Amino acid sequence: MTALVIAEHDNAHIKGATLNTVTAAAAVGGDVHVLVAGHNAAAAAAAAAQIAGVTKVLHADSAALAEGLAENVAAQVIALASGYSHILFPATASGKNVAPRVAALLDVAQLSDVTKVISADTFERPIYAGNAIATVQSGDATKIITVRTTGFDPAAATGGSAAVESVAAAADSGKSSFVGREVTKSDRPELTAAKIIVSGGRALGSSDKFMEVLTPLADKLGAALGASRAAVDAGYAPNDWQVGQTGKIVAPQLYIAAGISGAIQHLAGMKDSKVIVAINKDPEAPIFSVAADGLETELFTAVPELVAAL
Amino acid sequence: MKVLVPVKRVVDYNVKVRVKSDGTGVDIANVKMSMNPFDEIAVEEAVRLKEKGVVTEIIAVTCGVAAAQDILRTAMAIGADRAILVETDVELQPLAVAKLLKALVDKEQPQLVILGKQAIDDDCNQTGQMLAALANLPQGTFASKVEVTGDKVAVTREVDGGLETVSLSLPAVVTTDLRLNEPRYVTLPNIMKARKKPLETIKPADLGVDVTPRIKTLTVAEPPKRGAGVKVADVAALVSKLKNEAKVI
Repeated sequence: MTALVIAEHDNAHIKGATLNTVTAAAAVGGDVHVLVAGHNAAAAAAAAAQIAGVTKVLHADSAALAEGLAENVAAQVIALASGYSHILFPATASGKNVAPRVAALLDVAQLSDVTKVISADTFERPIYAGNAIATVQSGDATKIITVRTTGFDPAAATGGSAAVESVAAAADSGKSSFVGREVTKSDRPELTAAKIIVSGGRALGSSDKFMEVLTPLADKLGAALGASRAAVDAGYAPNDWQVGQTGKIVAPQLYIAAGISGAIQHLAGMKDSKVIVAINKDPEAPIFSVAADGLETELFTAVPELVAAL
Repeated sequence: MKVLVPVKRVVDYNVKVRVKSDGTGVDIANVKMSMNPFDEIAVEEAVRLKEKGVVTEIIAVTCGVAAAQDILRTAMAIGADRAILVETDVELQPLAVAKLLKALVDKEQPQLVILGKQAIDDDCNQTGQMLAALANLPQGTFASKVEVTGDKVAVTREVDGGLETVSLSLPAVVTTDLRLNEPRYVTLPNIMKARKKPLETIKPADLGVDVTPRIKTLTVAEPPKRGAGVKVADVAALVSKLKNEAKVI
């Protein structure tokens, strides 16, 4: 029994979500191999070989794999799939994009957003925005899994010494091409990896206010910035800041929700945070039902006070 | 150009579901059901493409119980031209739905399939990608912008860290994210008109698809409860608790 983890990377570095996925793969119980499919990605493959617990790294390199197009990456995984009992992807935008394609081509069901490995064929996963936890069993020969990273600790990024094996790269499908990418540039920690998150809701009232009020607090705490769907829809914050059922799922040490009422869809994305602080002037706001510390007050005065007090 | 829009009937997004006491699932008896919000965005996008003159016919399709006709009527009230119900009482999992849709793609030959990225009940986020794979089509998932030009569609996707644009050869599959559009309100005259639009009912067997579930749900449980905390008096008390008790800052 061997599991294959599909690495998330930018050709130079392995992204953090890969490490949590390796932990999930190890919990299944067999050897863990990692696939690095990219272009000029030798550095990423070398980094993958350092991950503790990984016994082999497969490195497929071609221009067709440079941008992670789902059609090509899925074809690459299919070419290697026969040797594996489990194929695991991080449940990130790219993992979610590719995994179902692989599952369908293998004619197997997929287990999405797995938060716990019970046994080699039985897993836990949240449904209904995390309002219920299903224990599910797959009868398929190959288990295709996306791993919710907040459910598993990251494997150590160093300490391993796996062999890197080059494998033949899959051909370009010819049906899709990469046009461009607008990446939000930020010196802040990545939202899903941050230890502290400062998150804002519609109560901030405008994009300017959102940044003016929350940025000093995030700066002071070295925190990532997040937002509710309402704030993103209103244009106060970029789309990739959205925390919730269909946005980012986060579990930092400290989550500060300012002016967020706490719709179930938002709670689904952050309720596994270690400590939740809610700042809201509405005493009935549902966010107070999960917050360890609630501050029932006007955020426009409380947040600057908090910055001053830290 | 023809567009196929698969839609799903789910527990309304405002309902907080309860886990059944016997642990067999969630209680959805007497709960409000609606069209999956992402699918509503998909229908709206198809209608906008028709209003722009890019699309000539919109076919809404759903797979599930007879009552799912309701959301097909809703889709037609938004602007779909006709609808197909693949009727079954079997619990449908994404792979089975993707196979049913693949059979309909073969039959109807749409140039574009637009559907929600995820259903808010099982939160799987699989069907669109599976359909694309089975039909050997390119995919543009989590779309926040869709532009059809000639025999290509450019899809701007919401990804971790920002936005990404891919160009796909038609026919293609697109799955919608929240910011693609804001669906219109359905008006009474359009609801009346939708009643007269054609709705065809077929069975999975008519499409030659085996829909037997592959994944067995052993139990469904409540998530661990998170106790509501305390409200602190002021900022100073908050800082003190975070520093000294929680030790997170």
